[in-house]
Amino acid sequence: MDSAIWVTLALTLKVAGCATALNLVLGVAAAWLLARRRFPGRDLVDAVLTLPLVLPPTVLGYYLLVVIGRRGWLGAWLHQAFGIQLIFTWQGAVIAATLVAFPLLLKSARTAFEAVDPQLENAARVLGLGEWAVFFRITLPMATPGILAGALLVFARSLGEFGATLMVAGSLPGRTQTLSVAVYEAVQAGQDDTANLLVAITSLTCVAVLLAVGRLAPAARAR
Amino acid sequence: MNLPLTRRGLGAALLAVTSLSAGAADLTVSAAASLGNAFKALGPIFEARHPGTTVVFNFGASDALLTQIARGAPADVFASADQDAMDRAEARKLMVPGSRRNFASSRLVMIEPAEGALGLKALADLRRPEVRRIAIGHPASVPAGRYARGALEAAQLWTLAEPKAVMAQSVRQALDYVARGEVEAGFVYATDAAGLQDKVRVVAQVPTATPVTYPIAAVAGAPNGAAALGFLDFVASPAAQAVLARHGFGKP
Repeated sequence: MDSAIWVTLALTLKVAGCATALNLVLGVAAAWLLARRRFPGRDLVDAVLTLPLVLPPTVLGYYLLVVIGRRGWLGAWLHQAFGIQLIFTWQGAVIAATLVAFPLLLKSARTAFEAVDPQLENAARVLGLGEWAVFFRITLPMATPGILAGALLVFARSLGEFGATLMVAGSLPGRTQTLSVAVYEAVQAGQDDTANLLVAITSLTCVAVLLAVGRLAPAARAR
Repeated sequence: MNLPLTRRGLGAALLAVTSLSAGAADLTVSAAASLGNAFKALGPIFEARHPGTTVVFNFGASDALLTQIARGAPADVFASADQDAMDRAEARKLMVPGSRRNFASSRLVMIEPAEGALGLKALADLRRPEVRRIAIGHPASVPAGRYARGALEAAQLWTLAEPKAVMAQSVRQALDYVARGEVEAGFVYATDAAGLQDKVRVVAQVPTATPVTYPIAAVAGAPNGAAALGFLDFVASPAAQAVLARHGFGKP
């Protein structure tokens, strides 16, 4: 039983880690566009991208099931073209966690980018830096504390993702059974000892993550 | 001028809410997921025979329902999908002694999706490498999973099937996995498969070590004990048995 719990913890950390990494790339790109570029419908795009924060996870799980399931329009194509199946895999769990936690990083990153003084970016351009260099050497380093705080929130949220994950990834011990799903099953089966241990591990991990967020936030404000 | 209006509106709202919750006596029935359709049909018939009683259903995997009752959930009746869950309920003194009885039976079947199926013919076809995932209820909490595991162990197929198993939270979820085509095969009750004939196809009937029988009993210390005993008599009555038979259940 003990080794099974560590396997579950390792799997949960892997899923949360991948979801965070994916969200860093997608969230930073989307946040920069929203912060620095004006285009028609910008507010609508922002609202749509924030939707996963407001929708119930089971609703998101259902949408994902319909889209990436074997009969869904994306899932069917993936299955026929590459033989890839996302349902009941840890990759599916990553997709679910990424979607659910995306708005957290989007909001944090957008705020961080908007706090960067455009004068500094313009000064860099006057001095001859290209757009990519301006982004990577001026904008991004200054926005990093805020983005990292968002990333930690995403990590914590992905750690605890349940509704969408259960629907999309199911519960395959060792392969898609994350900590929150394991707790649910332990309670259903009346295995209180297991449930207590799993809950303790999850709680400690989340407290550690929140403490880390608290450390980073003042650093962002000090700038 | 506004204040009296809002006071009146608030008063009316409070009256409506309290009259919704008070009034008719509730009979809460916690029943196994596979009994869903049949019990929903039985509810109105019982209510017609017992005016003033509203039947409230709570469906789920039998073990999960047992956990709820053990923790004090206000269920009046417990109907489980195997004797094991009811045995444990009685061992923990959760049921009214002597109220337990069997009221229906069913059979375990192996199913595959109706569309895009592999054309499986028998239990042994699970050995085929194209069968990559099998939907089974979690044996720790779902009776259908226990029946399936027992049958697979008897056929020397459990060691082969277990790594491919997708553990469902209830027999209805296992049915859903097959209906969506996310798995190549699954184990559900014949009654479940009959409800979704356009989406799943029965491959074979699976013999189980113990017959699939449904016990029902009254919960000890329940809020509506009198109506609970009435419900137990009702499910044994010819009218209720006819409804159960229409949904594919057999005699106890």
